[in-house]
Amino acid sequence: MSILINKETKVITQGITGKTGQFHTQKCIEYAFGRDCFVAGVNPRKAGEKIFDIPIYATVKEAKEATGATVSVIYVPPAGAADAIWEAVEADLDLVICITEGIPVRDMLMVRNKMKRKVEQGGKETLLLGPNCPGIITPDELKIGIMPGHIHKKGRVGVVSRSGTLTYEAVAQLTELGLGQSTAVGIGGDPINGLKHLDVMKMFNDDPDTDAVILIGEIGGSDEVDAALWCKAHFKKPVVGFVAGVTAPPGKRMGHAGALISSGADTAEAKLAIMEECGFKVTRNPSEMGKLMKQLLG
Amino acid sequence: MKIHEYQAKEILRQFGIRTPRGEPAFSVAEAVEVAKRLGGPVWVVKAQIHAGGRGKGGGVKLARSLEAVETLAGQILGMRLVTHQTGPEGQIVRRLLIEEGADIRHEYYVSVLTDRKTQLVAMLASSEGGMDIEEVAAKTPEKIIKVFINPLDGISDEQALTLAKGIGIPEGSVPAAVDTFKKLYHCYMETDASLAEINPLILEGDGGIKALDAKFNFDDNALFRHPEIVAYRDLDEEDPDEVEASKYDLSYISLDGNIGCLVNGAGLAMATMDTIKLFGGEPANFLDVGGGATTEKVTAAFKIMLKNPRVQAILVNIFGGIMRCDTIAEGIVTAAREVSLNVPLVVRMKGTNEDIGKKILAESGLPIISAETMAEAAEKVVAAAKGAAA
Repeated sequence: MSILINKETKVITQGITGKTGQFHTQKCIEYAFGRDCFVAGVNPRKAGEKIFDIPIYATVKEAKEATGATVSVIYVPPAGAADAIWEAVEADLDLVICITEGIPVRDMLMVRNKMKRKVEQGGKETLLLGPNCPGIITPDELKIGIMPGHIHKKGRVGVVSRSGTLTYEAVAQLTELGLGQSTAVGIGGDPINGLKHLDVMKMFNDDPDTDAVILIGEIGGSDEVDAALWCKAHFKKPVVGFVAGVTAPPGKRMGHAGALISSGADTAEAKLAIMEECGFKVTRNPSEMGKLMKQLLG
Repeated sequence: MKIHEYQAKEILRQFGIRTPRGEPAFSVAEAVEVAKRLGGPVWVVKAQIHAGGRGKGGGVKLARSLEAVETLAGQILGMRLVTHQTGPEGQIVRRLLIEEGADIRHEYYVSVLTDRKTQLVAMLASSEGGMDIEEVAAKTPEKIIKVFINPLDGISDEQALTLAKGIGIPEGSVPAAVDTFKKLYHCYMETDASLAEINPLILEGDGGIKALDAKFNFDDNALFRHPEIVAYRDLDEEDPDEVEASKYDLSYISLDGNIGCLVNGAGLAMATMDTIKLFGGEPANFLDVGGGATTEKVTAAFKIMLKNPRVQAILVNIFGGIMRCDTIAEGIVTAAREVSLNVPLVVRMKGTNEDIGKKILAESGLPIISAETMAEAAEKVVAAAKGAAA
């Protein structure tokens, strides 16, 4: 097993005909069961055509009805990305993964509140991963997103992180030490996003095929702290924690829109201290994440 | 993106919020002209820089005659204004705001921002205006009233009333305060601001409500749909290296140390800086070259890092995912030759085609120190910087 996706998952790609969408769709198809999983693309102007032998539909709803897909991945440019998310939510998909970087915060604010209101009014809940994230991979089964497939190895360690390349770093360390991954999840670096560390930790907790988790955080916000506090009471498996940005000065946005220290409580040191209190094995040396996990697992 | 106070007030006025009458001035002569146009008897001469704390730093003065306006404008224009937000080097004052005096009965605080935890818009108000809100939050948090606004519904009369009553606005002025809060919310949403702050918001002698000072930050991701706000950009207020970097789509931030860092990915860049610190060094910058690190981008990145005279060694840390290590290696070699690199360079490369990448670096004849892990790279670059300093 795994969390959120596996080789049975059927995926719609929104923005499949753009340069980024094409490039990454090809890589995703080539990975493991990708050929069977990527079943549809969406582009209203190219409906009826095919790309990489994948049929293109005018809308997400049509793509879902024709293929039975339950997940979508979005490569739509920033100005239209929030609308693309909403289209997938309106089509009642289970999960939407938004790779797009640079979406206006107000657009995300509106779409997140629309999603919540839909659920309050009795509508189906669609989970959102991202935006501004590398995506999600269940090694040897399915890769949805822009991460390099070949550094992954099937196994029993979960990885969750806001940052793309730092996730790859953790995954590569694990793989080199012979530790495979159950699922690696990138939740994205934006301030207003969908799934948080906490949500993903709950899923890893319930996944019988995940034995331990590496949780990687960044400065800014309280997501890592929320996750750590919940884990202290409920998480049954060992966790290795790292938070990037010990050297980041307050008030400066460190690349990610969400990586900005705005109060004393969202510094890397403050987060590391709370993680440690909550029973995480934390490290201040990101080169040691894999080794620490190996020690924990004995 | 940040803007000046006088620009912030222009925006507030467009949304119907009252401010003192005033105009910007770029020279002493202009300052006097503006003062004449406004009429006396009292004017305020205000330094316009993007940092806060201008009053305490001596950048805001009261003038009771046109001669005083002239003298004060001469003193403030061109001064190096040091505040708690500028750092010790301060910021040179190039613009002034000349305003009419105000009749202040009480100073309040109000701001709007997006709360990432609740994913709602938060409006904060306080009876303790005119001072640092962080200080109020630390000492008397009960004096800050908050309401959370769902952007699907917008701000309600009730929410605006809660704020107005919560901070003790006198009964007769409550309608004016409610109106101001609602307008400020609309202003925040429509301009794609990430912060809109009025501090102080004043109660005048006659019961009127006015914005005496204002600050805005805007969401960089939304600037594409706000040319009117982009037009407010003042490059003099920004770090020239950060401006240069942004032209190449590089995310760059100057820091105080002596080790330049070039990394792909924001999280990995922060982690690399942290590792340098862990091994006793200090990073000179944050630099994320992003996903598509072309030779042109890598060269630009090297040039920007090397402009900093404090840089005594450079660490390149690349996790080649979609981006192949051989492409990056070629970029590094070309860049190092083009800028005639004269400080030690440590390269750590991982991922797709890393062996070919390493071979390219080794065969380049350049004195590149290679490393396998981030920790090894940090250790080597710290040692190299110490050697260079000695």
